[in-house]
Amino acid sequence: MTAPTVSPISRRTLLKGSGGLVIGFSLAAAFRNAGLLAQEATVAPIGTPAATPSTEPGLIGTPAAQTQEDIQTRDVSGDTIDSWLSIDGQGLVTIYCGKVELGTGLWTSLTQMVVEELDVPMASATLIAGDTLLTPSQGTTAGSKSIQVAGPVLQQAAAEARMVLLTRASERLGVPMDDLQVEDGVVTALFDATKTVTYGELATDTFGMEITGDAPVKAFDTYRVVGQSIPRIDILSKLTGGEAYLHDLTVEGMVHARVVRPYVRTMDGIGATLGSLDDTAVRAMPGVIDVIQNGSFIGVVAEREEQAVRAADALQVTWAQTAPLPDLGQIYDLIREMPAEEEETVRTGDVEGAFASQTARMLEATYTQPYQAHASIGPSCSIADVRADGATIYSSSQGVYALPAAIGPIIGLAPEQVRIIYKEGPGCYGHNGADDVSADAAVLSKAVGRPVRLQWSREGEFAWEPKGPAMVMDLRGGLDNEGNIVAWDYTVFTPTHSTRPGGQPGNMLVGQQIDPPVEPATLGQTGGDRNAPNNYSIPNQRLTVHWNETPALRPSALRSLGGLANATANETFMDEMASLAGADPVEFRLRHMADPRAVEVMRRAATRAGWMARPSGPQFSGVVPAADGTVTGRGFAFARYETEFAYAAVVVDVTVNPADGTVRATRVVVGHDCGLIVNPDGLQNQIDGCVIQGLGRALKEEITFDGSAVTSLDWSTYHIMGFADIPLIEIELIDRPDQPPLGAGEPAICPMIAAVSNAIFDATGARLRNGPFTPARVLEALAAVTG
Amino acid sequence: MQSTPATALSITVNGQSHDVEATPETPLLYVLRNELGLHAAKFGCGLGQCGTCTVHQDGQPIRSCVVPVSEVAGTEITTLEGLGTADDLHPIQRAFIAEQAAQCGYCIPGMMMTGAALLQTTPEPTDAEITEAFAGNLCRCGTHTRIVRAIQRAAGNVAGTTA
Ligand code: FES
Ligand code: FES
Repeated sequence: MTAPTVSPISRRTLLKGSGGLVIGFSLAAAFRNAGLLAQEATVAPIGTPAATPSTEPGLIGTPAAQTQEDIQTRDVSGDTIDSWLSIDGQGLVTIYCGKVELGTGLWTSLTQMVVEELDVPMASATLIAGDTLLTPSQGTTAGSKSIQVAGPVLQQAAAEARMVLLTRASERLGVPMDDLQVEDGVVTALFDATKTVTYGELATDTFGMEITGDAPVKAFDTYRVVGQSIPRIDILSKLTGGEAYLHDLTVEGMVHARVVRPYVRTMDGIGATLGSLDDTAVRAMPGVIDVIQNGSFIGVVAEREEQAVRAADALQVTWAQTAPLPDLGQIYDLIREMPAEEEETVRTGDVEGAFASQTARMLEATYTQPYQAHASIGPSCSIADVRADGATIYSSSQGVYALPAAIGPIIGLAPEQVRIIYKEGPGCYGHNGADDVSADAAVLSKAVGRPVRLQWSREGEFAWEPKGPAMVMDLRGGLDNEGNIVAWDYTVFTPTHSTRPGGQPGNMLVGQQIDPPVEPATLGQTGGDRNAPNNYSIPNQRLTVHWNETPALRPSALRSLGGLANATANETFMDEMASLAGADPVEFRLRHMADPRAVEVMRRAATRAGWMARPSGPQFSGVVPAADGTVTGRGFAFARYETEFAYAAVVVDVTVNPADGTVRATRVVVGHDCGLIVNPDGLQNQIDGCVIQGLGRALKEEITFDGSAVTSLDWSTYHIMGFADIPLIEIELIDRPDQPPLGAGEPAICPMIAAVSNAIFDATGARLRNGPFTPARVLEALAAVTG
Repeated sequence: MQSTPATALSITVNGQSHDVEATPETPLLYVLRNELGLHAAKFGCGLGQCGTCTVHQDGQPIRSCVVPVSEVAGTEITTLEGLGTADDLHPIQRAFIAEQAAQCGYCIPGMMMTGAALLQTTPEPTDAEITEAFAGNLCRCGTHTRIVRAIQRAAGNVAGTTA
């Protein structure tokens, strides 16, 4: 963090540098009520009055500030304090934020960071986020970057707001700013306790100031709210049937819809065009309002949800396949062979020279990552109200700010006429169906002239969501005479991991289906090389990335993007190199690691797990089969997220049943360092999630398809972790309050697959290099070892 | 547009009787959510595979996404809203909040309904019994460990203290 800090003493008494800076407060616009509107169930369509003006006394601003015009003209520049924060006459704080809650507890943590700077109670703050008319854009909420990137921005805005309030208090009380302190939103003179004024009383006008970047933020050692396990602000509504999710909203006049598509999604769209459509019978079904066909896009709209479901099922549709899917069994060969853009991104020393002259023993291995799904627990949903002069669309998209430009052209509106309001959905873990369903709903609403609620079917979500792509990683490594790594050559074959909307109508599924279809737009190559560069001290290295241009299924961001597959390859290969060197895998890693934070994370995980130093493999562990024939093993892996952010080391204990190939994780220990910990309990919750989802991706998850369609369309064909599969999880949190907070939603998933593979090797001597490690693959690997 | 159902169907939900507009084969879940405005039960799969739609029929957990509304006439349906409210939480809700047992939370109402039914028949379940009872409930976020802890905590509450 580069923002200046102040000492504990001056924090309580003074914010330096603010004297005389107060400028005239001219604008009388408060948007608290307008903002709250955005969270209510009733859409305020553009072009109609937004709300009944509040008559509650004491709020900053006037009823006039709550009109549609004020919503439209709200400052969302992010350049001013007012674009981030408002305080009303009761001292209630509203935070306007560009990052959305994806189920990680982000809004709780960001609120903690703001109330800390302002010195107000948690309960006095509400947060509004992801409304394109009310909140500043902070880009896509992704990559575990929200605390890391948005946190400091909000902290700074709050620090500046506090400075304005203290300046006003100083004038009002006739007390120098140095002699003021704030507690729970009440400003008091240090030497005269009778002189006191509340933030609410000071909130006579907007802040009216630009963000200067000069206001000092608090020193970490004075934190009182940051660092505490504050309960989630969103939990009560979620646990009591409140309108917690987009799926729960009801809008006046709302009707229901389903879309009908083939179960495939290729790089260029749906991979099929409409052959024939017979909707005669469906149009006569009870409640059916319309069957909409535009190009190859088909949807049904009905009065009631069940009527829409039945109508969609009853529709007679045939498709003409334009892009057959490849044979799943050949997929990894295809990935190697398909057209690709080649890029050498790391070159250290002379890899080939080191293999030729310094290498005593060398190893080569190939790892593969299957197509995997976001598999959100509920299918994506949207409510759209499209009128002639504007549209309001509720969306669970991670990137609401990119949607107006992506959806506007599809429904014949300018981006400025499209308001997107974020409302939470089930955990998305990346670019799932939430964006596409929003565009679908908009097209259907425009067609029927009514607000439309559209929830995809379970099968639709599995088929149409963009996929975490399949990848191939080739590694070569060389050991010198001392058993240290001298050469490391890494080649990855991957498509881009982002086909997000990016303001492009061609990136919306419906955009590719309508007549005339819009071509998808490339957003460049991204994410596939995440965590491909390692953190070890190896003198000669090369990293080559082959960016696949024609992946079989449309790829996009899935938790950690390429980070999981690349950490899998790096950390499994590290174990293989340790075995080649006859070394203990933890000692071997530490030997090649110079970064003290990485060293500590590894040591803490190993110690907590009771790691016993020895080379991996049954011949060294002396493991004997249990009475039921199962054998046990233990694996280690480490990753630093994106090679430069948070650190995670994991120890996984497994039991393997050689008779049927089943693998069970019994205990997972995680060492974790993400700098300053904002909310320890929330962090542990995220790490649990990384561990469990990581185990699922190691052991179970794989999208399947045949020549014409995706075939893993429900929970009986796409397998995730269940209660019977859950290990004991122990977490060692390393708090570094003097270091910037780093995102924690993804780091701990990265080493999970490698640790499982390494544990299976320890138990059996069989190397699993192709995920997921299903019983069939384990049996195959065991057969290869026993010959 | 709206066809009048041939026979008026009446169901009892959270102790109250309701006339149903939906046709008899309509899954109970749609009636709960869209006619009665009870949103705790969620649509997760519509296939009886995930448990997000779990409610109680005469105290037994059922998957409301695959049960036709006509089948529950004459029985007592209880949804999460019937167990507790924000102002008057059921012990199982208190336990889940105490454990902060939610990530996205979408699966959690179904988990609480499954848990509440389990605790009725098995007031002090072992972890193995919990695992067994939750075999049909899925959570994508990986909140399982906390869910089990919350059930254990609720078991203590149910056994030891009043609601
Ligand atoms: S929604 Fe009913 S079991 Fe999945
Ligand atoms: S908490 Fe998100 S699915 Fe369970």
